[in-house]
Amino acid sequence: MQRIVILGAGTAGTIMANRLVHAYRDRIAGGLLSITVVDHDPRHLYQPGLLLLPFGHYQPEQLVKPKQRLLPKHVRSIEARVDRVDADASAVVLENGSALPYDLLIIATGSQIAPDETDGMTGPGWREKVFDFYSLEGATALRDALAGFQGGKLVVNVVEMPIKCPVAPLEFAFLADDYFTRRGIRDRVEITYVTPLDGAFTKATCSRELAYLLDEKRIKLVTEFSTGRVDGANGKLYAWDETEVPFDLLVTIPVHKGADYVGRSPGLGDEMNWVLTDPHTLQAKRAANIFVIGDATNIPASKAGSVAHFEAELMAENIERFLAGRAVEPSFDGHANCFIETGHRKALLIDFNYDVEPVRGRFPFAWGPVPLLKESRLNHLGKLFFRWIYWHLLLPGRPIPGVPARMSRTGKRIPAPPAPASAAPAPAASEPRTPAGV
Amino acid sequence: MSTTVPTYHQLDLDAEGFLQKPEQWNEDIAREIAAENGIALTDAHWKVVRFMRDRFLSTGNAPTIRTLGKESGVSVKELYLLFPKAPAKLAAKIGGIPKPHGCI
Repeated sequence: MQRIVILGAGTAGTIMANRLVHAYRDRIAGGLLSITVVDHDPRHLYQPGLLLLPFGHYQPEQLVKPKQRLLPKHVRSIEARVDRVDADASAVVLENGSALPYDLLIIATGSQIAPDETDGMTGPGWREKVFDFYSLEGATALRDALAGFQGGKLVVNVVEMPIKCPVAPLEFAFLADDYFTRRGIRDRVEITYVTPLDGAFTKATCSRELAYLLDEKRIKLVTEFSTGRVDGANGKLYAWDETEVPFDLLVTIPVHKGADYVGRSPGLGDEMNWVLTDPHTLQAKRAANIFVIGDATNIPASKAGSVAHFEAELMAENIERFLAGRAVEPSFDGHANCFIETGHRKALLIDFNYDVEPVRGRFPFAWGPVPLLKESRLNHLGKLFFRWIYWHLLLPGRPIPGVPARMSRTGKRIPAPPAPASAAPAPAASEPRTPAGV
Repeated sequence: MSTTVPTYHQLDLDAEGFLQKPEQWNEDIAREIAAENGIALTDAHWKVVRFMRDRFLSTGNAPTIRTLGKESGVSVKELYLLFPKAPAKLAAKIGGIPKPHGCI
C-alpha cells in the first residue's frame, strides 16, 4: 500500500486530492494506494472574492463552502492541526500526538497573515481604522468601515513581500477610486499607495504601459517605505527610519508567513516558515518524498491560485514518476496568470513565468480573444466569471481550455533577449535567474 | 594573450546599476559599487552583503529588511546606519543581485 498524505485542503490541496483520486481510482479501490487529507478548518474560502467583498460585491457567505463537499469521496479526511513533519521517519505528527506515516507527502498549507509581526498593528484602532482584507473577518469589517467612510486619507499599504496575490493591494486602490467615485465623494478622499518596492510597477514593460493608471485615478504613491510600526490611535504609519504617513483609514497587507508547524519541523523551512523547495521539481529540499505546492513554498513564483493550478498538473505527472521509481522532471517554469481589476468595469490580464515578464499581446491564442497587459471590459468579465471556473474547473483539477501548465509564448510580444555577455558562465540550470513573481 | 578584469561599469547592469548577472560579481566589484554609493565597506557591511547574496543564490529571493534584522546578525537600526535610506536595496546592489521587484 502506497500512502499519500496531503497537508492542507485549500486551493492547492483540494486540486491535488481531486487530480490524484482521478489518476489512481482503481488503485485506491483495490487497496493499493491511500490518500489522506489533513486540515484544521472545515471552511473553504474563495480567496479572490476577498478583494471585491469590501466594496459590497459579495456577501461573506457567498465565498465559503464546506471543504468536505469539495474533496473526492475516496480520500480519508482528518480535521486536525499538524504539530510537525518528521521527515526522517516519513511521518506527520498531529497535535494530539498521533503519527500519520506517509510514503509521499504533499504540503499545501499555504500562507497566513501575521499582523502581530508589526509593532502596534493589532493595537488601538485594529479593525476600527486599521484593516486587512486577506481574511474573511478583516474584509467584512472593512466593508462596514468603507460604507461609513465620508472622506479623509485612505492609505493602502504593503508591509513587505512576499504576499499572496501580489497585485491585489494595487487593485484595491483602483477599486477604491471606483467605489468613492460611484458614491459621489471621490473629491473628499485622498488615496495613497505605500509600497516597500521602488514603484507601483517594478518591471520595465509594466511600468511603461501602466504608469498612467495612478495619475488617471489620482492615487498618490509612496515608495521604498519599509513599514516598522503602526500607531492606530494617532493614525500614523511609520517606516523603520521614522518616516511617517498619516491616515484616517489604513488598509494594510500584513507580513505573510507559512504555517506554524513548518517552524517546528527541523530543516523543513526558513525563518518565515516557507518550505525550502526546488523551483522546478517542487520537491522539498529536506526530503525527496515531500512535494510542496502553492504559496507554502519559498520559490520565487507568484503566491497566486493560478500558480497552484499550473503546479498541480506538473506535480501529478512527477508524483506518478516518483511512485513508479523513476526520476522526476524539473518541469515547473514559474507560470502565473492573473486578472488585475482596474476599476470602472475594466481589468488587465497578465501571463508570465520565471523568465518572461508580463508583456503586451493576445491570449491564449495568437488572435486573442483577450488582450494582455491592456485594460478591457472582457478581462473584467473574465475576472467575474473566474468564480465559476474556480469551483467547477480549477478545484476539481480539470484543465482550463487554452491555458497550459507551462507558459505559452504564442501571442506574446516578447522582446529579443540582450546579446549574451562573453566570458560569463551560464547560471545553474536548477536556479531561476531573476526573483520573478513576488 | 593578456586579459583585463572587467570593472563595474563594464558588466551587465540595469538602468539603476544593479548587476543583471550575479555570477559576474566579485569583492572588488562590491567595493566599487559601495564607493559609488558613498560607502566604505566594513566587516558589518560585509556580513549583511554576504547574507543577502547567499540567500538570493540559494532561494532566488532577496531577504526583506525585517529578515535582515532578524537573521543577518545586524539590527534594523544599524542597517539604516550602514546602508542609509534603503538598506535592502543598497545591500542587494552591492551584493551583485538583481533589484527586488514585484510581479508587474
